[in-house]
Amino acid sequence: MLLRETLDQYDTRYATTDEAAARQRGINDAIALPDCNKDRPFAAIWCAFKAVYVVSKARPDVVISTGAAPGFMCILAGRLTGAKTLWIDSVANGEQLSMCGRLSVKFAHECLTQWEHLKGENRPRYEGAVL
Amino acid sequence: MILVTVGMQLGFDRLIEAMDAIAPTLGQEVIAQTGQGEYRPKHMEMHAKIAPQEFEALVERCSLIVSHAGIGSVLTAQRYGKPIVLFPRRHALGEHRNDHQVATVRHLEGRSGVIVAMDESGLAGAIHEGLKAGASEAQRSPTATRLHDAVSRFIETGKL
Repeated sequence: MLLRETLDQYDTRYATTDEAAARQRGINDAIALPDCNKDRPFAAIWCAFKAVYVVSKARPDVVISTGAAPGFMCILAGRLTGAKTLWIDSVANGEQLSMCGRLSVKFAHECLTQWEHLKGENRPRYEGAVL
Repeated sequence: MILVTVGMQLGFDRLIEAMDAIAPTLGQEVIAQTGQGEYRPKHMEMHAKIAPQEFEALVERCSLIVSHAGIGSVLTAQRYGKPIVLFPRRHALGEHRNDHQVATVRHLEGRSGVIVAMDESGLAGAIHEGLKAGASEAQRSPTATRLHDAVSRFIETGKL
């Protein structure tokens, strides 16, 4: 949400697991995604299908995720549809990259951490933070 | 009004007790979200938990936030353009599983609208500094500008 000022300059659609939070911030056409994590494999599979459906319907040129498993699924789905994909690890991860962040080092086109001391030799890169 | 928060997960009696001692000297209402703490404040309105929407309404109304050094609190303060005093949890005192909150304040110290109090002795001074800073300092930091620029660049060129 803190990147919205920049994102809204483009033709952007938001996908979220929390539509109520999106509405609270004035986004009424957010795409709903089911929440999931690695401990609930069936929910994860359902979420993966939904992510592929959502991304292949919207056909974005760029997929950006700021976190968690459903966002990572959208990154993977974006790879399938030929989108450019960017993972921005949450600023809350100041001790180590999130698990999905570590996967994104391999699977996304680019991967950013918001903490300079966590940047890698090539990836993740550091290009500032929302704070 | 000054809003005190320790996050929803753990108690943080050291901060709540120190704030309770300072509260009568501040000349304004102090509302504290105290989590699982045991100390019962005498000079502040206390809630163990506050629902997210209600919490944001309080943030909007307050003149200053005093908080444990959680990133969630920092982001909320930034979103509403409120100054925030950060008081880190210490591993040595059993307040968190490690000292990452100390690392967090080291990284954030000196940013506009962020004031750090490393312990109780620095808290009153930090609060007065925060109240003086006021709500006008919600401008974008250089690091945030850098990230926004990187995101724009990626969208337009596919490269960082």
